Formats: sequence, structure tokens, C-alpha cells
Amino acid sequence: MLKGKSVLVTGASRGIGRTIAIEFAKQGANVAVNYAGSEAKAKEVAEELKSYGVQAFPIQANVSHEDSVKAMVKEVIGAFGSLDILVNNAGVTRDNLLMRMKEEEFDDVINTNLKGVFLCTKAVTRQMMKQRAGRIVNVASIVGVSGNPGQANYVAAKAGVIGLTKTTAKELASRNILVNAVAPGFISTDMTEALNEEQKEAMLSVIPLDRFGEPEDVAKVVRFLASDDASYITGQTIHIDGGMVM
Amino acid sequence: MADVFDRVKEIIVDRLDVEEEKVTLEASFKDDLDADSLDVVELVMELEDEFDMEIADEEAEKINTVGDAVNYINSVS
Repeated sequence: MLKGKSVLVTGASRGIGRTIAIEFAKQGANVAVNYAGSEAKAKEVAEELKSYGVQAFPIQANVSHEDSVKAMVKEVIGAFGSLDILVNNAGVTRDNLLMRMKEEEFDDVINTNLKGVFLCTKAVTRQMMKQRAGRIVNVASIVGVSGNPGQANYVAAKAGVIGLTKTTAKELASRNILVNAVAPGFISTDMTEALNEEQKEAMLSVIPLDRFGEPEDVAKVVRFLASDDASYITGQTIHIDGGMVM
Repeated sequence: MADVFDRVKEIIVDRLDVEEEKVTLEASFKDDLDADSLDVVELVMELEDEFDMEIADEEAEKINTVGDAVNYINSVS
């Protein structure tokens, strides 16, 4: 159903972003694979996407720099001739207790995880307004809803993304641009691999479905929100967390 | 090539779906032509494409009437 659609996924060289890119390629969509530093990995992802018979290419950009974002969006539209779907996924963590958190750690996370969403959204809006159609899916986090010790910067950014999603949805609804967010809980990635058994047990005890999510659990919801099936949904944040936060 | 005002008028009529007679130099986009803020942003985008120019946000914010748009375009082209 997404055949021939053009998609830009930020932070798509690994983790959830990579899985989202693959999910779109499986549906026949052409995908631009944005990365900040991992060029080799982004190239690998693009090659993998092409094996599904779609167009794909890696594209470098620092989402927290406006010029960099503008150049990326211009290049993607040049290559695909349109831009139907933006997935704001790029994110970093700099965890620390509030009392120990340096200003720089706070700023880094806000700049990439929140300002990056603003800049990418702003940059694609012109094209989507002209098309009178567009979908934007922001990857927030369940901690943006619940809070989480040690992640003041990350939580503030993700809560900000949820607010930004609602405002953007209201501003652009009249132009048929739908904006939603997903809020993943604990998803099996490199990050959860690093936890010890005790930490894992503690986490599972608060997840009604009693398992960690898989990147595919997130990617499928993102794909749904970008599809025609979701044409009456905007401004929402879908929790993908096994029921952890209700 | 048509005069700047005529080209601007054509875009406004097309985009805002208003009578051509209402599009005077004095007409305010919001008060007289029923445009909302987003319509004005969109019009500015179309003017940029039509006249192959970039209008900075600070300048775009000063465009309230049809005459403002025409004057701005004339001043830079």
C-alpha cells in the first residue's frame, strides 16, 4: 500500500530507525537513510533496502543544524521527486542524574532529539503543503510520558516531541498533513543488551505483557500511521510498551 | 511577460479562491481576502516559486497586503 511513496527516516543506520526503514522498503516505498556519523552502516542499510526492489540511498545530515537538514531534504526531494513520509527517529542519550548532569549533556540531547524534530518537520512542510498530503511520524518515548530517573534531558526532549506533535498536527491538518508520534517502551536493542539480569527482571516486572518489545513492534505501528489506514488519526501518541504506561 | 501585479493577482485568485476584483493593491490578505496565517505562508511560498526568489522570514512577516507583496517583489527584482 506504500508502493512508490517516498520516505525519509532520520537516524536510520541502526536500531529502531533501521528496522523502520526496512519495514517501509518491504511495503515498496523508496527510502532515504539518514545518518549522522555511521556512514558504513547507513550504506549497508541502503543496500539491504534495495534488495526489496525499491530505491534507497544513505544521506548524511546532522539534524540539529538547519543548513544540514535543508540540504538533506532538498536532495531527497530531488532524488525521489516527492516526499510523502518523514520519520523523525534520530536520537541520542547522555544519561546522568540531574544533580550531576552538565549543561552540555542537557543541550546535546535537546538539540538532537527535540530541535532536530522541529528542523526536519519545518524543512519537509513546504513540500508536503504543495502536495496537499504528507505524513510525519515522530519517535518519542514512553519515558516522555512517565518520566525516568537519570534521563532528565532525554525525558524533557521526548515530552517536548509529544507536544510538538500535537501542535504540528493542529497547524497542518488543513493541508492534509497528518502528524503522530509513537512512544516505545523497553525495546530490545543494543541499549537493553547492556543490562544485567537483575535490571532486566526489574523492568519486566512492570510490563504487563511480560516481555521486551522488538524493533518490529515499533516499525509496524509507524508503517500503519504512515498508511491510508490511519487517515483519520492525527496528533496522537501511540504507546508501544507492552502496557507499561496506561 | 505580465506585470508583477497581474502575476501576483493570478496566484492569489487561484490559491484563495476569491473574485479578481477584490484583489487590489490595498487589499489585506487576512481582512479582505479571507486568508488565515497559513494561507499567507503558502502564498509567500508560491510567490517565491513564481518569481524564483527567496523571501526571508523577517520580510515575509511584513507582507500583509497585496501591495506589500508587489512592492517587495519589485524592490528585489
